[in-house]
Amino acid sequence: MADVTFESTEFADSYETTEGRVYTVSGQDWDTVLAAPEGEHERIVVNMGPQHPSTHGVLRLILELDGETVTEARCGIGFLHTGIEKNMEFRTWTQGVTFVTRMDYLAPMFNETAYCLAIEKLLGITDQIPERASVIRVMMMELNRMSSHLVALATGGMELGALTAMIFGFRERELILDIFEMVSGLRMNSAFIRPGGVVQDLPAGAEEKIRETVALLRKRYKDTANLLVDNAIWLARTKDIGYLDLTGCMALGVTGPILRATGLPHDLRKSQPYCGYENYDFDVVTADTADVYGRFLIRIQELEQSLRIVEQCLDRLEPGPVMIGDKKVGWPAQLSVGGDGMGNSLDHIKEIMGTSMEALIHHFKLVTEGFRVPAGQVYQAVESPRGELGVHLVSDGGTRPYRVHFRDPSFTNLQAVAAMCEGSMIADVVAAVASIDPVMGGVDR
Amino acid sequence: MSELAVPTEGRPTLDVVEVRRGAFGVHGSGDTSGFGGLVRPVALPAAAERPFGAVFDVIADEVEAGLTARGGAFSDSVERVLVAHEELTFVVRREHLLTFMSVLRDEPGLRFELCLGVTGIHWPGDLGAEFHAVYPLLSITHNRRVRVQTSCPAADIHLPSIVSVYPTNDWHEREAYDFFGIIFDGHPSLTRIEMPDDWLGHPQRKDYPLGGIPVEYKGATVPPADERRSYS
Repeated sequence: MADVTFESTEFADSYETTEGRVYTVSGQDWDTVLAAPEGEHERIVVNMGPQHPSTHGVLRLILELDGETVTEARCGIGFLHTGIEKNMEFRTWTQGVTFVTRMDYLAPMFNETAYCLAIEKLLGITDQIPERASVIRVMMMELNRMSSHLVALATGGMELGALTAMIFGFRERELILDIFEMVSGLRMNSAFIRPGGVVQDLPAGAEEKIRETVALLRKRYKDTANLLVDNAIWLARTKDIGYLDLTGCMALGVTGPILRATGLPHDLRKSQPYCGYENYDFDVVTADTADVYGRFLIRIQELEQSLRIVEQCLDRLEPGPVMIGDKKVGWPAQLSVGGDGMGNSLDHIKEIMGTSMEALIHHFKLVTEGFRVPAGQVYQAVESPRGELGVHLVSDGGTRPYRVHFRDPSFTNLQAVAAMCEGSMIADVVAAVASIDPVMGGVDR
Repeated sequence: MSELAVPTEGRPTLDVVEVRRGAFGVHGSGDTSGFGGLVRPVALPAAAERPFGAVFDVIADEVEAGLTARGGAFSDSVERVLVAHEELTFVVRREHLLTFMSVLRDEPGLRFELCLGVTGIHWPGDLGAEFHAVYPLLSITHNRRVRVQTSCPAADIHLPSIVSVYPTNDWHEREAYDFFGIIFDGHPSLTRIEMPDDWLGHPQRKDYPLGGIPVEYKGATVPPADERRSYS
């Protein structure tokens, strides 16, 4: 490629290829190309992203245009690849939780639960997880599903010009993050769910706080719904846009709200329940439009279903342990939230430092060395807000995972961009990508 | 298979993929602890025999019928069957992978509509099958899961692409190529997907270092994660 000289009045760079002369334009220099002799075959390829505000993080869309019509659409990913899977091979099984929670950063509870369920399956301790721990897991996951859907509605609305939806969505999400902060000490990336249970019990007053928030959310989420459901502009931007039918979903492996928008009631919480989901009363929401509007409606209605599940969780919470009784797996940590976040409880430190040397040794060995997991492999899937989140876990019998692979739904669902967008307008690409709701942290891992 | 995988009369042969020696990951230095003499084979669950239990026999029968209908034989395609943690795995020879996958997708009694991608596993000690590839599948119709596993030697690191059967595996195969260097023959455009296009090496291989720098905190230095003491 020839050097671009900025003294020149022509900013556009150009070079010969086998398909003809190629011009690179970067803005404010279109005139130089218009002046150029036109070939018999003109193609315009536009890079949308990776820093475009409507591409949900660092997603690069490569669009080939004919006027404003997209003739070909491709995705470029990998900008947020952090090697989480590789890093986990050098950390203990428990430490892995702090990595997985950072993948799909809008659904950390799902990453943690899927990973912990897989470890528990490999250890053969699935039946020993205390009831209270499972109920708390379900409750945190459903709260998380709501916060994730609220962000999907907020950013999706913003990208189509509905800024009030964005304000409302983030306002409601903040209520849920307050609960996460109260329960785990952190708003995001909480590493709250651990192999064997959850890291600590709900603090005093958490149940009342969650009850209040659920009541408030039930009233407030309808603000967003009322704003958009019958809104003529919203309908015009979303109806029959980003169409993907059942056949397309199956071929491309698409799951979650996109699949349910084709009318198929596929939800792992119903078909292959985990964490005791079979004991909760909720409906699988579907739509039959297979378009952006259908996916939007599903997310709105799933908020209602999640609220129902959280209420049932609160009713089912019985006092009891939140960590497995097996002292070789469950950390003895007994953490508590102090003024500066989560840390060891002072009572526990008093015991191991003051009265029991054996307890200190055990604590030290379990935290630094970790527990061993029998050699073998398992696959465990949960229904994340975006579809099937699968964990493929391989152990060599050691204290660290030999290989962890996450089948993140965002990664697979993004493959549908070409099928949804080709032949549509550029503006509809924004709507279609928003309805896929990709989270690049999960895509790139 | 290593020297430890000697078949014992009447007992299933363990699938030994690696043999570890010593402890704490220390090699090449004077060992005074005595732990250096430790030998630990890494053995994966052994092959299962019929009956496999639950609905696994039904699935195996359907697979056998489907393969026969396509002019193949179960014993030719399937190296062994694994049953562990209530999960069924078919270990398939790579040359029969594509046919096997179409059987899983198309047979009315199987109908595994969703392939959940592919991931590699690098076992440098499993000579002749250093790279494993694992495909989890889900049948929404019958609400069943199954796993297909295949392998290729490091000297001939090729697997058939199944994108023609399951288009969803397009990106997943690119990822497995990117991370492990497994070449999927027949893939429409096998390029890197997560790493930059000009990256050298395949980061998820076991001989590829994690990297990292020592971190100083209050005068003490913490080495990078892959240089700390390990217990495996």
